[in-house]
Amino acid sequence: MIINGVSIDATFAEAFPMKATRAIITAQNEKWALISAQAMTGFATSVIACGCEAGIDRILDPSETPDGRPGVSIMIFAMGGKGLAKQLETRAGQCVLTSPTAALFAGIDGGIRIPLGKNLRYFGDGFQVSKLISGKRYWRIPVMDGEFLAEATTGQVDAIGGGNFLVLAESQPQALAACEVAIEEMRKIPNVIMPFPGGVVRSGSKVGSKYKTLGASTNDAFCPTLKGMTKTELSPEIESVMEIVIDGLTKEDIDKAMRVGMQAVCDLGAMNGIKRISAGNYGGKLGPFHFHLQEIMA
Amino acid sequence: MSALTFTLKKKNAQRIDMSPLVCNLLTGMTLSDIAAIVLQSGKCKLRVDELFTLDGSDAQNIVIKNSVDNLDFIGKGLDGGSISVVGDVGAYLAFGMNAGEIKVSGNVGLYAACEMKKGYLEVSGNAGDFLGAALPGNKMGMKGGTILIKGNVGERVGDHMRRGNILIEGNAGDYCGSRMTAGTIAVMGQTGRHLGYAMRRGTLLLWNQPTLSASFNDCGAHTLAFLPILFASFKLLNSRFADASMAFNRVQRYAGDMSEMGRGEVLVKL
Repeated sequence: MIINGVSIDATFAEAFPMKATRAIITAQNEKWALISAQAMTGFATSVIACGCEAGIDRILDPSETPDGRPGVSIMIFAMGGKGLAKQLETRAGQCVLTSPTAALFAGIDGGIRIPLGKNLRYFGDGFQVSKLISGKRYWRIPVMDGEFLAEATTGQVDAIGGGNFLVLAESQPQALAACEVAIEEMRKIPNVIMPFPGGVVRSGSKVGSKYKTLGASTNDAFCPTLKGMTKTELSPEIESVMEIVIDGLTKEDIDKAMRVGMQAVCDLGAMNGIKRISAGNYGGKLGPFHFHLQEIMA
Repeated sequence: MSALTFTLKKKNAQRIDMSPLVCNLLTGMTLSDIAAIVLQSGKCKLRVDELFTLDGSDAQNIVIKNSVDNLDFIGKGLDGGSISVVGDVGAYLAFGMNAGEIKVSGNVGLYAACEMKKGYLEVSGNAGDFLGAALPGNKMGMKGGTILIKGNVGERVGDHMRRGNILIEGNAGDYCGSRMTAGTIAVMGQTGRHLGYAMRRGTLLLWNQPTLSASFNDCGAHTLAFLPILFASFKLLNSRFADASMAFNRVQRYAGDMSEMGRGEVLVKL
């Protein structure tokens, strides 16, 4: 399959089951809601070493937030429910409780309930106040700027992590430019996050390593400087490869995000140095969810 | 199916215990079965059809017409369904109610919503003393649900209240929120003496500055984030509480009762 001179490989992205949750952070203005959200989703690019993958889902209009203030919806993905709950609580405690004017609300009403402000309330040292409003419990925790308002729990649901595609280009600036336009389009799709810095990862990995202690290592088949040293996947004109990783609540959400992302890359086309789109296919070793690139773009 | 309607023939000299006439107890009964139910009235036992004219069949939707102030225990232990009362009612309305909805067009007597657990009670007139309170000697009053009173209420509103909302469009009598353990009482009108007497936790939300006892301490003026959420939860009510222009989030906060646990609060609109 070739779109606008860009070859779409007959391969699939391999993704795996994860647990996900969503929270809404509001603040006095969008600037401070974003600051808190960025802190909460910081150092959360990959479960390999961060414990979770997190990102900003979307910016919310005041009319969409529980307290009518500007807000940001964030999502956190982890391999298991316990790990997810721990990450959520730690991050909420260090990044939202601490953030001026911020309040924290559930972003998923259904699912298994996991603590959001439920345990953070103890920071109130006995001065915390509970309010049960329309069946939802909120904690009012006295802090130095006033009160930190946090909903007691949020929902945890089954999700999918690791959807991806690779952009193969003739130069590094061209690969990055293509990924930037793709991310811009993909951020408009709800229920997905692209957890890596700016949504783009340059160090795609393969499963396993020559070093026993490492579970993952550089994806040498796609490293342009190793073209003559390893069983490469790259043709001679490819000088740079970048990857976009997508975590989403459902397969359909990831399908949609991949489609708009790949379409944006293809729109730049071969004339902008984009030669191929491929995907991280680990031969079934990584996970049960397969996103076939050509089917998505059909 | 039309609503199961009880129309009172004439006011009885003695008080009447209406507790058998709730939706969950009447479901599946025929009109003749219901007519044969015996109600306690003083020392007498009276058949339902001696007191009421019966009509309709939907036991989940009960209407009591020509109601007067000596009909006690209406909606006692109601567990789903709705009861609509045209006229006044006596004491212990919605006593221990578990779920469902009760609406009264007139006034209600003592101990309305006493130890109510869940559900919704709306009174278009006034309510007597001990609204949403605990029975004498008991430690827990209202444990959940919402009460809306469009008129005034008597003394000791929410005595020993544990959870839920009591919304009063008019005035509240003395000892409002006394011995509260938690929950919210909102009063749009004036409040009496000894507000929040011995309250441990909970919120008294007021539109007018009350006379506070010396055991309440001023914590200053604040903009509280939970208030817009609380007011938003009232927006579907048939009440002035649903009116966005009545809502506020800037309050003077007083903590008390310091002679007790002192974790309660009186929030007064600024």
